[in-house]
Amino acid sequence: MNNYSNKEKVKGGRAKPGFSAQKKEVGNREAYQALDFSADKKNLRKVGNSIFSGAVGFSVLFISVLILLMLFSLFMTSFPAIKASGFSILTGMEWHPESGKFGGWPFIVGTLMTSALALLISLPFSLAISLALGEYYKTGIISTIISSSIQLLAGIPSIIYGTWGLFVIVPIVQKIQMGMADKGIIPFGLSIITASVVLAIMIIPYSASLARDVILQVPQDLKEAGYSLGGTRFAVIRRVILPYSMTGIFAGEVLAFGRALGETMAVAMVVGNLRKVPANIFSPGATIASVIASEYNEASPLHAAALTELGLILFLITIIFSFAGRYIINKRSIK
Amino acid sequence: MEPMYTQTKEDNPVSAIRERILRNTAKNRIVDKIFSFLVALFSIVMLIPLVAILVFIAYKGLSHIHIGLFIHDERNGGILNAIIGSLMMVLMASVIAVPISVLTGLYLSENKNSRAADVVRNIVDVLQGIPSIILGIVAYLWLVVPFKSFSAFSGSFALSIMMMPIIIKNTEESLIRVPDSLREAGYALGIPRYLVMLQVVIPAGISGITTGVLLSVSRILGETAPLLFTAFGSRDLSFNLAKPAEALPPLIYKYATSPVNEWIDTAWAASFLLVLAVLALNIITGILTKKWKINY
Repeated sequence: MNNYSNKEKVKGGRAKPGFSAQKKEVGNREAYQALDFSADKKNLRKVGNSIFSGAVGFSVLFISVLILLMLFSLFMTSFPAIKASGFSILTGMEWHPESGKFGGWPFIVGTLMTSALALLISLPFSLAISLALGEYYKTGIISTIISSSIQLLAGIPSIIYGTWGLFVIVPIVQKIQMGMADKGIIPFGLSIITASVVLAIMIIPYSASLARDVILQVPQDLKEAGYSLGGTRFAVIRRVILPYSMTGIFAGEVLAFGRALGETMAVAMVVGNLRKVPANIFSPGATIASVIASEYNEASPLHAAALTELGLILFLITIIFSFAGRYIINKRSIK
Repeated sequence: MEPMYTQTKEDNPVSAIRERILRNTAKNRIVDKIFSFLVALFSIVMLIPLVAILVFIAYKGLSHIHIGLFIHDERNGGILNAIIGSLMMVLMASVIAVPISVLTGLYLSENKNSRAADVVRNIVDVLQGIPSIILGIVAYLWLVVPFKSFSAFSGSFALSIMMMPIIIKNTEESLIRVPDSLREAGYALGIPRYLVMLQVVIPAGISGITTGVLLSVSRILGETAPLLFTAFGSRDLSFNLAKPAEALPPLIYKYATSPVNEWIDTAWAASFLLVLAVLALNIITGILTKKWKINY
C-alpha cells in the first residue's frame, strides 16, 4: 500500500494548472478522481475489486459446473429407467411405453440414419460453396451473393424449416413414394429421407463456412507453385488445396454431423414419429430428439425417465462429436 | 522453414505433381472446365431452397396476415400473447445470460494463456454443442418440477443457456483485441482493477459484445424445442413470468401441425413475422459489426 500513501504528490499533480491536456481530455478528471486516496476511497477500491472478482469468479464457476450439473441431474432422473430396464434402452427394438417396454434402438437408428444421410446430401453442396468462396470467387459480387445467402440460410429458425418441409418437401416425397407403391411403400410423405433433405439444407451453411475458412488458409505460395507448374485450377484444387485442407474439412463435417444429431423441431415435423426401426430411407421413423419432443409432456414417470435416458445418450453422443471435431481442428492448427 | 505440404506417394512431390498435372493437357483443361461448372452449379442450386423458403413464407404469410393477429390473444383468433411471450422470455433470458457471459468472456480474455481458461473455453464449446431439446429437459427438471408449474421463467432459463456460448465467444474475441496499452494506461493512473475492466476494457470492446448479444437473441428468438416443456404455452395474454406463456415458435409448431385450415393460415402469418424479425436482427447485427469495427 506504499504507493497509495503519497497523497500530497497526487493532489499536487491534480492541481497543476499548466497541463495543456486539461481542457481536451475531460476523461482524465475521472481518472484523477479515482486517485483521491482518502480512507473510504481506498476501502471502495478494495470492496469494488473483491465484488468484481467475486462476480467474475461466480460467472466462470457457473459456466464450468453447468454441464456437470446437467449430466448429474439427467442421470439421476433417468435412474429409475436404467434400473428397470438396464441396457435395453440401447438395444431394445420395441418402444411401448403403455406396456413398459422402453427399447431405444429404433430412435438411435433413426437419428444416425437421418444425420448420416443429411451429411451425404449436403457434402457436394458444402464443398462446392466452400470452394467457390475460398478459391473461385474470393471477392466480388458472386462471393457476396453466395456468402450472404449462406448467412441468411443459417439464420432461419428450425421451426421454419420444419414448416416449409411439411408443406413443400413432404408432398414432393409423397409423389416419389407413389411411384414406388409396388414395393410396399406407403406414401406418407413423412419419412427418413424427408427429414434428411431438410436437415441437409440446415447444415450446409455450417459445414460450408467451416470448410471455407480452412480453404482460405491454404498458403498462396503453395497454390502459385501448382499454377507455375502448369496446373489447371482443378489440378491445384485436387493436388494442393484439398490435401492441405482435408483434415479441416473433415472436422467441419464431424461438427456438422453433431449438430444434425441434436436437431429437433424440423425433424420432428417431417420424420413421421413412427416408433419402429425404419425399413428403408422412404419409411417413416423417429429420432431421439423427435421422440422426446413429441412424448415428454404426456409421459408417466417411468416413461419420462426413459425419455430422459435417451436424452442423456444423445447428450453424450453430441459431446463426443463436438470434442472429436475440435480435437481434429486443434491438432491441425498446432502444426 | 519447410512449408507444410501434403506429400504424394512419390519421394519428390514436386516432380510427381508436375508429371500428373502436365500429362494430357487438353484433357486436364476440359476436366477443369467441367469442375468449375460443377462448383458454380452446386453453389447456385443452393440458392434455390433459400429463395423457395423466403418466397413461400412471404407469399403465404402476407396473404394471411391481418391486424387482428396483433390485437387479440389466441382465444380471440390473434397471436398477441405469443408475441408478448416471445419478447418477455427473450428479455428475461438476456437479463440472465448477458452479465454472466460478459464476465466469463472478460475472464477468458484477461487470462488468455492460463490453463483454467483453456478448460473453460472447452466447456463453452461443449455448451454450444448441446442439443436445445436437452436444455429443455434440464430446465424442466430444475425449474418446472420443483415449483410444480410450467413457467415462462423456466423457458427463459433454457434459452439463456443457449445464449451464453455465443456471447462469451464474441466478448472474448473482441476484448482480446483491446490493446494492453489501454489497460496499462488505466493502471498507471492508479485506477482500481475493477474500474479498468468496467470503464476501459469493456467499453472498448462494446461493439463485439453487442454483436454477440444480438446474434444470440436472433438465435433464441426462433427456438422451439427448449420451450415445449418449460414455457409450455397458454392461450391467454400473460405478463407473469411464473405462469406458462406462449411464444411464436411453439405456436407455429402447434398450428402448422394442426388439421384446422384457419390455424395453418395463422401459422404462416406467424412464420412470416418470425422470419422477418430474425432476418432483420441478423442484418442489423451485420451492419453494426461493420460500422462499429474498431481496429487498434
